[in-house]
Amino acid sequence: MNLSQNWRLAEQRYRLVGEICPHCGVKIYPPRDACPDCSQPAQERFTFSGKGEIYSYTVVLDAPEGYEEQVPYLIALVKLDEGPMLTAQLTDFDREPEIGDRVEMVTRKLRTEGNAGIIVYGYKFRPLLMP
Amino acid sequence: MRDVCLIGIGQTPIGEKWDLSLRHLAFSALTAAAADAGIERPDALFVGNMLASRLNDQAQLGALIADFCGWRGIEAVTVEAACASGGAALQAAIRAVASGAADTAAVCGVEKMTDGSKVETAGALATAADAEYEGIHGVTFVALNALLMQRYMHEYHVPHEAFAPFSINAHHNAINNPNAMFQEELTLQTYLKAPVIAPPINLYDSSPICDGAAAVIVASIEVARDLPGTTPVHVLASASATDSLNLDDRHDLLSLNAARLSAQKAYQQAGLVPADMDLFEVHDAFSIMAALSLEAAGFADRGRAAYMAQDGEIGLNGRIPISTMGGLKARGHPVGATGVYEVVDLVTQLRGEAGANQVKGARLGMTQNIGGTGATVITHILGI
Repeated sequence: MNLSQNWRLAEQRYRLVGEICPHCGVKIYPPRDACPDCSQPAQERFTFSGKGEIYSYTVVLDAPEGYEEQVPYLIALVKLDEGPMLTAQLTDFDREPEIGDRVEMVTRKLRTEGNAGIIVYGYKFRPLLMP
Repeated sequence: MRDVCLIGIGQTPIGEKWDLSLRHLAFSALTAAAADAGIERPDALFVGNMLASRLNDQAQLGALIADFCGWRGIEAVTVEAACASGGAALQAAIRAVASGAADTAAVCGVEKMTDGSKVETAGALATAADAEYEGIHGVTFVALNALLMQRYMHEYHVPHEAFAPFSINAHHNAINNPNAMFQEELTLQTYLKAPVIAPPINLYDSSPICDGAAAVIVASIEVARDLPGTTPVHVLASASATDSLNLDDRHDLLSLNAARLSAQKAYQQAGLVPADMDLFEVHDAFSIMAALSLEAAGFADRGRAAYMAQDGEIGLNGRIPISTMGGLKARGHPVGATGVYEVVDLVTQLRGEAGANQVKGARLGMTQNIGGTGATVITHILGI
């Protein structure tokens, strides 16, 4: 992904800004401007708390280009407390995660693009510190 | 819309074909299909391909391949829907002929995956996921399928070894397919001892990275009648549906909604039900995908597909034979070509040309071609 593509996503990556549908009230992440439930326009911003639980997880052992240094790393589907699910890396786990574990968002380095390239920051999820 | 049939098939052996380029693979499959049909030049060509722009630095495959086959001048385009590109190209060809815009259309699914490094190929395959919300987190396709399998095992209390029959069946059927990549038996012991590649997925839950091309000639019934010596196979349904691109955005993670919708549409078009099918060429890119596809298409209840496989229902003599020539797992999964290979295998069965793997009395069969983690699903029902 290039610089501008990453820049446009700053609000999502750093603050988990999604949307709430003004018609049916469903909370939406990632944002898409049309409600996935009722198909009505949905452009009202909603900031998620960043807390949720692990819905599923795995470990990446064969990484795609740009992620080789991080191997092995945990990937999870995280179900946010407000409803939607997202995909993110798990971090700060010193044990095997389990489905249902409570987690919270932290901002971490997602990848670097070589010595001269950009450094992409965004969300990862760690075990909930203060339950 | 007029009735349409398939009058010719062709394929290359699947594997690591370092001596063959993308255009040579396509040429080989297409000329075999045209010769099988008894035609010299189709009115149109639809190419199914996913990765050429990224791994082979090549776009505009329609014109490239049409010219390379000696068909300069015909209408030719590429159709892309990740791993469902082959099925999508076939659907475009069927519609071109059904509408009357063409009397004959060639379809070629082609993929040349082994020229890139493992890392480049993993990155290229990951573009089928959402780049901004999945890809950026370092997701691979194996990992996305692992997330599905992990949840499936958790929710339905299914142990990992319950998935072994899918891979064992595929390998067993590939032994008699000279075009298959792995013509060797897989034992339960080997499956259980295989290295884990993204837990819970192990090496034998996963289809291989490989090269290959498959081709089909689509024609109107009128054209088929005028070609002596061909055995036309009738297209009874061609149906497609979509779901969210992101796995995390599904309303019901384990339902594979696009597979369910496209199967339902296909049954409706053909006026048939799952029990009418003599075989099902399933999209077993991963054993979890085979299970979810069987459930979505109505062959198994939710959470039961693995047990159905254990009971021998997916074997060549079972209730619903799957992966009858090896499937994606053992025949191979050159991604953009796969949807066409599935149809070539089904046509082979319906013509009664499957040799030792022949499903006895096969008259009706279905293919399902799945793009990404189930975002685009294309179902075809064929009959003889």
